[in-house]
Amino acid sequence: MSTRGRDPARSATLRDAIGLGLAVGLYGAAFGAAADAAGLDLWQTVTLSALMFTGASQFALVGVLGAGGSALAAVGSALLLGTRNTVYGVRLVPLLRPHGVLPRLGTAHWVIDETTALAIAAPDRGLARLAFLAGGASIFLTWNLMTVVGALGAAALSGPALAALDAVVPAAFLALLWPRLRKGFPEAEAQRRVAAGGAVVALALTPFVPAGVQVIAAVVAVALAGRPGRAPRPTAEEEMA
Amino acid sequence: MSGTTLWIAVIAGSVGCYLLKLAGLSVPASWVEQRWVARVVDFVPAALLAALVAVQAFTSGQELVVDGRLAGLAVAAVALALRAPFIVVLVLAGAAGALVHVVTG
Repeated sequence: MSTRGRDPARSATLRDAIGLGLAVGLYGAAFGAAADAAGLDLWQTVTLSALMFTGASQFALVGVLGAGGSALAAVGSALLLGTRNTVYGVRLVPLLRPHGVLPRLGTAHWVIDETTALAIAAPDRGLARLAFLAGGASIFLTWNLMTVVGALGAAALSGPALAALDAVVPAAFLALLWPRLRKGFPEAEAQRRVAAGGAVVALALTPFVPAGVQVIAAVVAVALAGRPGRAPRPTAEEEMA
Repeated sequence: MSGTTLWIAVIAGSVGCYLLKLAGLSVPASWVEQRWVARVVDFVPAALLAALVAVQAFTSGQELVVDGRLAGLAVAAVALALRAPFIVVLVLAGAAGALVHVVTG
């Protein structure tokens, strides 16, 4: 792979990916603590972070269990939130192009909010792969490490530390959403309408539907975007040409 | 709930979530190139991420709640508008949430 003229871009990509891994690691501690509070033992908690490896679904699973929901409801919520990773996978196919069974099976495990955001934000396809791999590796390591720390240290956390972790979670999602709302993102105006619609729908449904369902229902906000006949936006390579 | 039931939930949920990820990567490229697919894929994440922001910041179980998380979110928004790095945004949001907790007891 030629790296001529791209070293600053590669450095920036690696720095972002590793920075995101460290940031998401904080959030892994919150998950470990939440799983402990919901009654999962250390091995169940560690297994979730290693095998499920999709934060919102993991939180949904332990959240429903902790609130007294059934195992079926807990798994259902996790799967509902997991459906967006299917959408992300579709988005990543043209960027990552995983050929063959093993690369596809391996790539699938790391398809999450953060790696998708990193890959989509990269300026070309080579950097998209680098961002996905470096981000995936960094997040997988810190997420699992901090899950253990959180699960073991949950009992030692005092009120303010728990309040800090509570505030970090929505801020992390906002940070992931933010670039889509900025001027310069394709159809930023419509993205802002969709985001506002999604938030309103989710909050309006919260008192009436099981935990997790309102998040999935929020995709009706996509209908607010308008202009169904728009042209597809150019791929990374077309933009580079 | 028994340990066995919890293990079943953990394993079934993990396998299901993995298969959902794999399904996305296994969709033929020609499907992805369809206009309506591209459109949904471009807009669905904004709806879901905004819903997650709202639910994580303003709800507790089935109830709408306003607490220190709102202060954290406001601080995060200002930091993002000022183009602060991701980690700085999270640390500031956490500090704001902890501060509100300490101040309000």
